[in-house]
Amino acid sequence: MSIIFYLVSALTLVGGLAAILLKNTVHCALALTVAFAGLALLFLSLDAQFVGFAQILVYIGAVAILVVFAILLTRGSETPKDGVYSRHWHTGLVIAAAVFAVLGWAVLQSVRVLPYETKTPQVTVMQIGNALMSRYVLPLEIVALLLTAAMIGAVIVAMHDKNGKESAK
Amino acid sequence: MNPLVAYLTVAAMLFAIGLAGALTRRNAILVLIGIELMLNAANLNLIAFWRYGPHPEALTGFMFAIFSIAVAAAEAAVGLGLVIQVHRHAHSTDLDAMNRMKG
Repeated sequence: MSIIFYLVSALTLVGGLAAILLKNTVHCALALTVAFAGLALLFLSLDAQFVGFAQILVYIGAVAILVVFAILLTRGSETPKDGVYSRHWHTGLVIAAAVFAVLGWAVLQSVRVLPYETKTPQVTVMQIGNALMSRYVLPLEIVALLLTAAMIGAVIVAMHDKNGKESAK
Repeated sequence: MNPLVAYLTVAAMLFAIGLAGALTRRNAILVLIGIELMLNAANLNLIAFWRYGPHPEALTGFMFAIFSIAVAAAEAAVGLGLVIQVHRHAHSTDLDAMNRMKG
């Protein structure tokens, strides 16, 4: 493996760790952006240019901004007095460590049987478009429906309804 | 070292980090950040298997990752909308304080 892979992986993992360890929530969102950028670089190093740029556009461009908006709207940047970790953080840490142990064990056990092709796949945007419009047209339509429903649902859920108290009576 | 194993190891670490964040933080937005990290780790697995699999020209894992990104974006929008509404209702995003199903 090249040195670039190790550098980008370290960047991603440090960004992810910082995103869950920092006290200030806004700093967490910025660290999350670093982790997303590192993942986009990993996708690019895997010859998946389209997914890499989609990652930058969707996650860094939209999700990270959305997280920052939510933090500022809920005044979550103020550090609470009684700590940032929940009461049962020991249990959560143990569960996460156990899951990592199982995943790592599975990966290391399967080293010999994993497939491994060295030839670089040539994927053009035209191929992706053709696949989306022919073989994957039904999933594409379902995702379009899901995104529309999620957008309308998010607006309705977060909408401030002034008549809510009156209708509740 | 098999490059596929290296990518899978990174994805496993990222998944564990996201899970730890989702299970230990008390701010609801930080829990959502942990969930996003876990989804991204799964995407990395999909792309790594697509790249080093026997048939990369079939674009299967590639398309799965694209659809997964779209679903994750929808999840983030609805999740953060819910967090804002809960904050408006309970004046807090502290998950330890959310101990009632009925407002």
